[in-house]
Amino acid sequence: MNITVTVNGMEHTADVEPRLLLVDFIRTNLGLTGTHIGCDTTSCGVCTVLIDGTPVKTCTMFAVQANGRSVTTVEGLKQNGELSAMQQAFREHHGLQCGFCTPAMMLVGTALIEENPDPTEDDIRWAISGNLCRCTGYMNIVKSIEAAAETTREGAIS
Amino acid sequence: MYPSKFDYLAPETLEEALAVLAERGDEVKILAGGQSLIPMMKLRFAEPSTLLDINRVPGLDAIDIQDGHVRVQALARHADVVRSEVIKEENDLMAGAAPWIADPIVRNLGTVCGSLAHHDPEGDWASVMLALDAEVVAASKEGVTHFHPGADGTQHTGGTRVISIQEFLVDMFTTSLYPTEILTEVRVPRYERGGGNYQKLERKVGDYATVGVATHIELGVDDRITKAGIALTSVYAHNLKVTDAETALVGQAPSDELFAEAGRIASAACDPASDTRGSAEYKRHIVGLFTERSLAESLKIAQGGQS
Repeated sequence: MNITVTVNGMEHTADVEPRLLLVDFIRTNLGLTGTHIGCDTTSCGVCTVLIDGTPVKTCTMFAVQANGRSVTTVEGLKQNGELSAMQQAFREHHGLQCGFCTPAMMLVGTALIEENPDPTEDDIRWAISGNLCRCTGYMNIVKSIEAAAETTREGAIS
Repeated sequence: MYPSKFDYLAPETLEEALAVLAERGDEVKILAGGQSLIPMMKLRFAEPSTLLDINRVPGLDAIDIQDGHVRVQALARHADVVRSEVIKEENDLMAGAAPWIADPIVRNLGTVCGSLAHHDPEGDWASVMLALDAEVVAASKEGVTHFHPGADGTQHTGGTRVISIQEFLVDMFTTSLYPTEILTEVRVPRYERGGGNYQKLERKVGDYATVGVATHIELGVDDRITKAGIALTSVYAHNLKVTDAETALVGQAPSDELFAEAGRIASAACDPASDTRGSAEYKRHIVGLFTERSLAESLKIAQGGQS
């Protein structure tokens, strides 16, 4: 089946089997390997991308379902060649150890502060509760998202 | 993990979708959120030869009020229920349960109606709907004229039919929906003075409930209970409506003793299995405790005048 998906602002057309999972379309067909595969059972969240701004787990969605939709992966977070506020905050606050969960954490954080620019610690912990960090580095992930929210709010004011 | 091959159809009208079902309903699985169906397909527990994606059908995602009911349509996601002002104002039990469904990312795709149609015996929504005496609406191209199993040979006709939730939920992974039908909405009666609450014990976010208890009560002008709903998750072969406990509450003035009695009845009615989530004895204890606690919360809300 022919599908057209906009990924990180660029339109891609491909002929795919209906059973191709979106995560494999992104990684194999498009070569964007920042989207990871972990549990493959909708539990760990490392395959999360934003579809029209909303986080979804791409191990539990077929590529054909994304036909005509807009996908943002971690590769699409940078803005004008610079790290986004979320990426910068993860760097500054040591929001990663092994880095495996990091792309998804940053995408979920980005979607959260888009909807709620001033999240409480509780809001952040709820938002990332569908994403596992096996290094258990949650403290710094939460700090990073808090910091990114703050710099984004300041950026919006100035 | 990859599913077996299937044909993928994504119609843009309900009529088209119903036509596909009328033609080859037996081979079709309907895809709404896919958060239960796709994992089952990947494990090859489900191998539909046709996947009918209804996500491109417009006008099927409302959460609103119609004819004295709160209506949740087929494509309304769990996350939509969490955010819905209508649900917040109208139905405490649904508002209370929604944030405990799966995890926040799964909630962005998974749907209430899909969860009911899938009828996982450990699903939360079925208990919520049993406690609320919900109804579901099923649509088909030419109506259903089959012999109705389990009943007195009733024939249903017409393009849509309304099914009580108890009749709809037949057994685990089994509903009374025909292969030619789509579940288009679930609806629950509005109420004047009532409250509801969902208690869920889970080991971690996204896990099935170790124990779940849904309660809903309504109060009359004399402050007596006029309507009560109690249903349990994960402690029986399917979601269990505890009719005896409901009956014990109706007509009574609410009290701690009364709620404790309802808890004892619920605890005796369930039949949990010992597993990695806990022993049967432990779960049975929690059922009693949660029933009591949930009823107290429901009462607090009902007395607060919220509905």
